[in-house]
Amino acid sequence: MTYNKQNKSVLVVGAGISGIQAALDLAELGADVHLVEETPSIGGRMPQLDKTFPTNDCSLCILAPKMSECARHPGITLHTYSSLASISGEVGNFSCQINEFPKYVDPQKCVGCGICEQKCPTKIMDEFDMGLRQRKAIYRYFLQSIPSNYVIDAAHCLYLTKGACRLCEKECTAGAINFEDKAKTITLSCGAIVLATGIDPYNPISYGEYGYKKFKNVITSLEFERLLSASGPQKGHIVRFSDGKPPQKIAFIQCVGSRDVNVKNEYCSSVCCMYAIKEAIIAKEHIKNIEPSIFFMDIRAYGKDFDKYYERAKAQSGVRFVRSKVAEINETNGGSLSLRYTQEDGKLKEESFDMVVLSVGLEPRKGIDKMSDKSDIKLDEYGFCRTGQFTPLATTKEGIFVIGGMSGPKDIPESVMAASGTVAECAKFLALERQAKVSKKVYPPELNVIGDRPRIGVFVCHCGINIAGVVDVEKVAEVAQKLPNVDYAQTTLYACSQDSLNIMKDKVKEHNLNRVIVAACTPRTHEPLFRETLREAGLNQYLFEMSNIRDQCSWAHMNEPELATQKAKDLVSMAVAKARNLNPLDRLLIQVNPKAIVIGGGLSGMVSALAIAEAGYEVVIIEKDSELGGNLKNIYYTLDGKEVQKLLKETIDKVKSNPLITTYTNAKIDNISGYIGNFKTQLSVNGNGLAANTEIEHGIIVVATGAEEYKSKEYLYGEDARIITQLELEKRLSVIANRTPQTEHRKPNTDTKAPKTVVMIQCVGSREKDRLYCSRVCCSEAVKNAIEVKRIYPNADVYVLYRDVRTYGLMEKYYTKARENGVVFIRYEPEYKPQVEILDKEDINSKLRITTIDPLLESKVIIEADLVVLSCAIDAPTRNKELAKLLKVPLNADGFFLEAHAKLRPVDFATDGVFICGLAHGPKDMEESIIQAKGAAGRALTVLSRQTMEAEGTICWVNPIRCTACGVCVEVCAYSAIEIKEKEILPGVVERVAEINEALCKGCGVCAASCRCSAIDLKGFTDEQIFEAIGAGSG
Amino acid sequence: MSENRIPITDNRDWQPKIIAFLCTWCSYAGADLAGVSRIQYPPSIRVIRVPCSGRINPIYVLKCLQNGFDGVLISGCHPGDCHYITGNYYARRKFALLKTMLEFVGIEPGRVQFSWVSAGEGEKFAEVAKKVTEDIKKLGPSQRGATSRLVK
Repeated sequence: MTYNKQNKSVLVVGAGISGIQAALDLAELGADVHLVEETPSIGGRMPQLDKTFPTNDCSLCILAPKMSECARHPGITLHTYSSLASISGEVGNFSCQINEFPKYVDPQKCVGCGICEQKCPTKIMDEFDMGLRQRKAIYRYFLQSIPSNYVIDAAHCLYLTKGACRLCEKECTAGAINFEDKAKTITLSCGAIVLATGIDPYNPISYGEYGYKKFKNVITSLEFERLLSASGPQKGHIVRFSDGKPPQKIAFIQCVGSRDVNVKNEYCSSVCCMYAIKEAIIAKEHIKNIEPSIFFMDIRAYGKDFDKYYERAKAQSGVRFVRSKVAEINETNGGSLSLRYTQEDGKLKEESFDMVVLSVGLEPRKGIDKMSDKSDIKLDEYGFCRTGQFTPLATTKEGIFVIGGMSGPKDIPESVMAASGTVAECAKFLALERQAKVSKKVYPPELNVIGDRPRIGVFVCHCGINIAGVVDVEKVAEVAQKLPNVDYAQTTLYACSQDSLNIMKDKVKEHNLNRVIVAACTPRTHEPLFRETLREAGLNQYLFEMSNIRDQCSWAHMNEPELATQKAKDLVSMAVAKARNLNPLDRLLIQVNPKAIVIGGGLSGMVSALAIAEAGYEVVIIEKDSELGGNLKNIYYTLDGKEVQKLLKETIDKVKSNPLITTYTNAKIDNISGYIGNFKTQLSVNGNGLAANTEIEHGIIVVATGAEEYKSKEYLYGEDARIITQLELEKRLSVIANRTPQTEHRKPNTDTKAPKTVVMIQCVGSREKDRLYCSRVCCSEAVKNAIEVKRIYPNADVYVLYRDVRTYGLMEKYYTKARENGVVFIRYEPEYKPQVEILDKEDINSKLRITTIDPLLESKVIIEADLVVLSCAIDAPTRNKELAKLLKVPLNADGFFLEAHAKLRPVDFATDGVFICGLAHGPKDMEESIIQAKGAAGRALTVLSRQTMEAEGTICWVNPIRCTACGVCVEVCAYSAIEIKEKEILPGVVERVAEINEALCKGCGVCAASCRCSAIDLKGFTDEQIFEAIGAGSG
Repeated sequence: MSENRIPITDNRDWQPKIIAFLCTWCSYAGADLAGVSRIQYPPSIRVIRVPCSGRINPIYVLKCLQNGFDGVLISGCHPGDCHYITGNYYARRKFALLKTMLEFVGIEPGRVQFSWVSAGEGEKFAEVAKKVTEDIKKLGPSQRGATSRLVK
C-alpha cells in the first residue's frame, strides 16, 4: 500500500523509557519528533527505581545518558509539563493539539540553582518520592530532572492561590520567575503518533486486610524502591516509618492488585516477582542481618537470565520464599506486624515481621480512557490499549502506535524493543529522504590551529551566587590570567546564557583564541552547549575544556570559601594545563552502504526484513534451510485462537513478492568482515547439489537465527509413540481441527482414537542443570494445548504437572480458563520429578503410568494416561558459537546471543551495526519475537537512513613504531575495534602492528591503559594532557 | 627510608591534596549529585575526569605521588555497571596489582584508594571523599623522595 507521505513529524506521547527510546530512534531516522510529557521532567518510572534486575544496574545511571541525549538531539522537541488535548485527521496528516501548562519559570533564564526552592514556604507531598518526602511549591521533579529548570506548582503556590508571597521572585538572581506565564495550546501536524503513557502502580488501599496506610510499616514496593535509592528520602537507609529503626524481618507480599478477580485485575503484572526478588537482594546488601521473605503464588522469573537470579536469591542471598497467600495483617505492639497465612500443608500460621512490602501490580496510567476517546483507539477489558497479536505495536487506528506499559504490563527491555520498533512502523508513513548530512546546521569553516601557539581564553562563571557566593571568582580569573598561554580571562554572570555565549564568540575572534575553558558547572550537562558555541565561532569543538567549580566545588564546600577558592584556582590551572595540549579532533565520516542482511528466515527474520524493505532499503535474507518459516512451521494456532499458518503463508508471500528482498536458502555464511556501514559477507549457497559462492556488501546485519526444541532424553521420550512433545501434540490437534495446510492434511496413524487422559509435564530440560533458564513459552503453550484438548475431547482428563505456572501478563486469563474448563494443575518439586512408566511394553493398549508427588497433599499421585506431553525447553543451537565468532559478538552462558545491555539495548550488540532479534536472543513467544524483530529493523533503519555516519572524536590511536603486536589491546577491547595487521610503519618497513578501527572505537581508553609499550593513546584524554593536569594541580 | 619521613605535626588546618580520577558516567556523576544535593565534604580533592576507570594507567597514580599529591582516589562504576561493558573490571585488576606494588615500595596503604560510586550515590561520594581525606590526614603529607625514584 502507498500512503500520502507529506509529513516528517511524529508525535510521541509520554517520555518514560519507551517514549525516550522511540523519540531518539525516530529522530535518528530523520523524523522531527515532538515528545510530550505530563510531568516537568522526562524519565518516567525508571528514575524512581533504585536498581534494575537481573543485573542490579543503577537505574538512573543507565537512563541518564539517554535522557540528556534526548534533550540535546536536534531532531527532538521536548514538551514537558504538557498534555495531549486532541487528535484529529488521518495517518500521514494528523493534527494534534498540545496543552502546555504554565511553568511560571522562564526555562531560558532558570539556571537550576535551587535558591527559590530553599525560600519557598509551601510544603507538599512529593509525587516522585511516592509521598515519602515533602517538596516545595516551586520545585524540580527530581534532582537529575531534564530539563533541569524549576516549575511552580500553581495548585499550591501561595501567590497563585492566595495572592501573597512572591519570595521566589525576589530571591531569583537570574530573574527567571514569571507569574504572568499562561497556559498555551499548540497545534502540531504529524504523520504518525506513538503513544507511550506507561503505567501506574496499583494503589493497595482496597486490600483492607493488609492495612496499607493504616499500619505505618506496611508500604508498597515502589515506596520501598525509593527507600533503597541513595538519592531517595532516606538516602538509601532502610528504616521503619513507625520508629525510624532498621527492620530485620521484611515480608514481601506478591500479587497485590494482580491475578485477583476481586479487585478486577485478573492479569499478571509480569514484573513484580522479579522486582521483589531484586528488592530483597538489595535490602540484604544494605543491611546484612535483614531476613527477607517473599510470599508468592508462582515465581514468574521467565525472562532472560531471570531464573539464575532467582536461584541466586535463594542460595546465596538467603531470601526465603513462601508459597502462600497472606490472609491478613495485624499490627502488634511496637509497630510490628503479624501475618496470618496458610502454609502449603493447609495449616494456618501466624508470623511476626518488622515491615511488610506489598508488591503492587501495574495498571494502565490514569487518563488512558480519555486518551482513547481523543484518539479513536480501543482499549481491552483491563483498560490497556488494544493491539493485534500479529501487529503488536498497532492500535485500532491506523498510524497510531502503542508501546511500553500502555499495551499491557511489561519489563523495560520489551518496552525498549517496542520503542525501536516504532521506527519500522512509522517509516512507511513519513516523507523521509536518506540523510545526506550528519548535522542540519551550517557552521563557519574551522580555523586551522595546528602549529599555532596556544592562546587560551578562560571564562569563569558566577552562576549568580551559586559559585560567586562561595568562591572568589574574580581571584580565580586573576590567577588564570597569569597562567602561561592564557590570553584572556574574565568572569561572567551566567556562562550558559545566550548573551554570554555571544560574548564568548566575540572574544574568540577579538583575541584570536584557539582554546577555550569555561569554569562553571558540570561538563555532563553543559559541555555540548559550549562545544556548539566553539563550532559557531569557527573553532574545532574539541579545543574546549570545562572546569567544574560549582557542582564539585562551591556547592560541596559552602562553608569553606577560602579553601573552595583555592580548589577552584587549582582546578582552573589544571584545565589550562590540559587545554594547552588539546588538539583539534576529527570525527571520521563513515559511508553507509544502504543494504541489510538478515541471517535467518524464520518469523523474526522475515518480519525484520519486511520492515526494512518497506522503508525502502534492500535486504538479503540468508536461510540455512531449504525454505523460509523456521519454527513457525510447527505452530498452528495462538492462545486466542488465531491461525498461525495463515500468518506464515502471508508473511512468506510478502517476502517473496517484495522486490527489495533477495532470499538465499540452503545458504551458509563463510566469512563476515568489515564494520558498521561497510560489511562484506561471503556465502556458499547449495542449490541442486551445486555450491555457489556469493559475496554481499552491506551496511548492517540482523541476527535472527532462532533456536530449537530440546529433544528430551527423559520421560521415555522416543520410546513410545504416546509420549510426545507439545509441538507434536499441537500438530496432531491441528490436523484434527483442520488447521494444517492442505498438503499436510493426512491423519497420523497413532491418533485414531480420542485420548481419555492426557498428562503434560512442564520444565522438561528447562530450569535445571545444563539449562538454568526458563523457556518462557512452555506454560502458555501447555495451557493453550490443554484448552484445545478439552475443546476437541470434552471428556478427556487433562493434568498439567508444573513447577510454577508462568502465564505472565495478559495470558493469565487463559490459565484461569484452563482451570475453569477442568484442566487439573499439580505442582511438583524439582527434587521429585514425575516418573513415567510404560506398563506393558508388549501391549500397545496398555496405559502409561505417571507417578508424581503432590507437595500440597504430601502424597504420591498416580495417573494412568494414554498420552504424555512433554513441554520441552527452547535450546540454543550449538552452531551459534560459529556465527558468534564470525560476527565477533558474545554468547551468554546458555548459548544465546548476548545483547549490548540487558535492559536498555536489547536489540543491539556492543559491536555497532549488528542487531539481534527473536529466539536467537532468548526464548520468547511470537508476539514478542515480532516486536523484537521490528525493534531490530528500527535500529537498523537509523543506520541505513543516513548516507554517512560520524564516529567518535575522542578515540584511541596507535603509534605503530612503538607497537610490538602483543595483542593485549585486542583482548581487552569490548567493541572488537582492534586488529593486528601487517602495515608499512616506516617507508619500506612492514611490521605486524595493532590497528584501531575508528568506526568501532568508543573511546573508553582501556587499551591505552593496558598497552605495555605506551603505543596507544586516547585522544582528548592523552597521557600528556593528564600528566600536565597532575603537574598543574600539585602547584 | 624512615629517617627521611617528614614529621607528622598534628596540624588540624593542614589540608591534604588529593587527586581523584573519576569515570565520567558513574563516579563523576555521583560527585555532581553530591554537589546538587549540597552534601558537604572536605575541599581536598581535585578531580580529573576520564571516560572510564579502565582508562586510568597505573602510572598516573605514581605521577601524582611524585608530583607531591598526598593521596589518590580512583573511582568507577560498580562492577557490572560499566558504560563500556567491561572497563571497570580491567581497572579492578590493574589496581589490585598496583596496590601490592605500592605497598612493596613503601607507600602507606590508604594513600591510594579505590571505590565504586554510581551516578545515584551522591551521599556515598561525599562519604568516600571524607574517608580518604581523613585517612590521608592521619598519614600526614606524602614524601616525594620515596616516590620520585619510581618515575623519572
